[in-house]
Amino acid sequence: MSSIHPDQLTAERLAGLRDGAVVPGRDVDTGLGDGSLVEDPAVENPLVLGKRSLGDVTNIVCGYAENPAPLWWWLAFLAVSPIAGIGTLLILYLIVTGIGTWGLNNQVDWAWDITNFVFWIGIGHAGTLISAILCLLKQKWRTAVNRSAEAMTIFAVICAGIFPGIHVGRVWFAWFLFPIPNYNYIWPNFRSPLLWDVFAVSTYATVSTLFWFMGMIPDLATLRDRADARLRAGVSKPFAIALPGNKALVFPFLKPDVIRAYVYGAASLGWRFSSRHWHRYEAAYLILAGISTPLVLSVHSIVSFDFATSILPGWHTTIFPPYFVAGAIFGGFAMVLFLLIPLREILPNFKDLLTLRHLENMAKILLLTGMMVGFAYGMEFFIAWYGGNAFEWEVFINNRAHPGKAPYWWAYWAMISCNVISPQVFWFRAMRQSPLVIWIVALFVTIGMWFERFVIIVTSLHRAFLPGEWHMFFPTWVDIGIFVGSIGIFLTLFLLFVKFLPVFAMAELKAVMPQGDPHGHDDHSGDHSDGKEGH
Amino acid sequence: MSVLSTVADYFPLLPKPRPKFVTETGKRVFGMIAIFDETPKVYHAAEKVRDAGYTKWDVNSPFPIHGMEEAMGVRKTILPYIVFGAGLGGAIVVGGGMQWWMTWIDYPIIVQGKPYEAWEPFIPIIFEMGVLHAAFAALIGMLALNGLPRFSHPLFSSAGFLKTSDDRFVIGIEAEDKNFDPDATKKLLEDIGGKDIELIEEDA
Repeated sequence: MSSIHPDQLTAERLAGLRDGAVVPGRDVDTGLGDGSLVEDPAVENPLVLGKRSLGDVTNIVCGYAENPAPLWWWLAFLAVSPIAGIGTLLILYLIVTGIGTWGLNNQVDWAWDITNFVFWIGIGHAGTLISAILCLLKQKWRTAVNRSAEAMTIFAVICAGIFPGIHVGRVWFAWFLFPIPNYNYIWPNFRSPLLWDVFAVSTYATVSTLFWFMGMIPDLATLRDRADARLRAGVSKPFAIALPGNKALVFPFLKPDVIRAYVYGAASLGWRFSSRHWHRYEAAYLILAGISTPLVLSVHSIVSFDFATSILPGWHTTIFPPYFVAGAIFGGFAMVLFLLIPLREILPNFKDLLTLRHLENMAKILLLTGMMVGFAYGMEFFIAWYGGNAFEWEVFINNRAHPGKAPYWWAYWAMISCNVISPQVFWFRAMRQSPLVIWIVALFVTIGMWFERFVIIVTSLHRAFLPGEWHMFFPTWVDIGIFVGSIGIFLTLFLLFVKFLPVFAMAELKAVMPQGDPHGHDDHSGDHSDGKEGH
Repeated sequence: MSVLSTVADYFPLLPKPRPKFVTETGKRVFGMIAIFDETPKVYHAAEKVRDAGYTKWDVNSPFPIHGMEEAMGVRKTILPYIVFGAGLGGAIVVGGGMQWWMTWIDYPIIVQGKPYEAWEPFIPIIFEMGVLHAAFAALIGMLALNGLPRFSHPLFSSAGFLKTSDDRFVIGIEAEDKNFDPDATKKLLEDIGGKDIELIEEDA
């Protein structure tokens, strides 16, 4: 086998694409799921299963990006990318025609557009929570999910950014949002929460991207080095499409490894894994985690100010900032689980890196944040009653909750059952440890969180103080198409990420593996506990 | 001096100081590397290289090794001060100054009957601008202090070195170090358990 690099051979064998015994015997305990669910608090649960070595982690994760794209990937990509394309065309249609193509009316002047904006920006927050807050709390299990969650954050923020941009109607004036000198000699109103929102969301998008990119530099360097090693060994192969009958359509001038060496090489900025560099890198990482934590809290607080600083009954409440932040984390974790549980089933060896314990931890966060959101729903009601504001009470009863009077009662109760009731199954250990149950609840929560924003926005707006101003909101096909299109854009970007970028933070994962411990991994109890905390 | 040599790397036409060591073919010697295959081994080896008095040397590892900066005797980085300065400056000058100048000096408008000098509504954007500048300072500062981006480096010429991005560890001692001696350094690297010891040359 001289025509293939040994690392590539191992990667293909680990992915099951080639015969050969490199998969070590799995050490699964009986009755404890996949071996990561030991309940004894004295036993540290393994973060990586299957007796994987450092090299195995490299080969598994790089294999996702280097091996030929599997059939499911092509099918999924061909399914979601046309949706993204149609969504983009509908945005073009909206821009050239006007926002009259949406179902907005004089009363309901914010509907699906801002619902989608808050929905997507909230989803993004879980990625920042995992990468920043869990980093500060030294939760080692975050290394299994942080890269994909950060990627999800950025794609969700891209989807979120579309809606405020196009909802202004005349998109060519969207630059008025920014303080740019202009012929009117007038500046934006810095006392408006909508302008704070512009700064918060653009800062959030930028900082998340920087954080994601910085985390990826070492892993991109690994991909660069592997492509480089294949080129130097002269075993790089041109791009080929496998055809039936053991034939292949070969493109002799298309050399993926050359492209990889240049693209990953440029993106990894010449990283050479120096410990002197790692020292500053870790300092920068910790700083970014430290400043992202208040940032993520501020962003959704400011998003909630868009509503809370108005005097509209249903919006004018002080509970909005914490309530929105809890809801954002809740919805974001649901989306992380919704995406990763199928990947865990499909991608080879994914289960060794993302264990049942990781899923259980995230299910517990869903339960906690779901309860916080539920508390906020209850508290809104309580204050509407206790505050004695008749209009507020009318919004809650006659616009939202009362099945006989409120036209949007179904949206309200869909929100309650998805967000408050469905996570309650996680009180039971068996439910928290079942990927299928977690996935179903995550789907419900994602739907519920969309309805939450719809309920907040549309039910508060659709009936003003005079009954003559009452209007229902009905979405048009453009409303629906752009929302579905944004899901298509999100999934397309995520599929591209899964194929071309390191899905796991390899360097961070290796650092928390037993082999990465500089004090040896055979004598945990002795070496670590007596006085070596200074390291 | 390391700053000057880093700058010199970016300007290859500038004259370089005379090399301390050259190979038989007349190429400048960058240094000597040895490969290790386990984290505890490279950790303890690094302590010995530090104790032998070397200063221009490095440990390359696929992940940040916990406590390695102490094993190597690396000083704490000044990066946090850079980030703090940039964050504070961004918040006050860009965030505060921009809003104050635009709404009070350049084109004062009464909004919601509030006084021009009311500073409370400026807080969110002051905060966001602080975070934005701190984040850029953290990334760019980290890269600048590390001398990155630098796409070409003598170490990359070694095929064995490339495995540091997978599961191998490398200790490399530079020829510029005052204690560097081809024989003594090789012996030290052998004594501390290094394998595949290799002399790294620079191109041109």
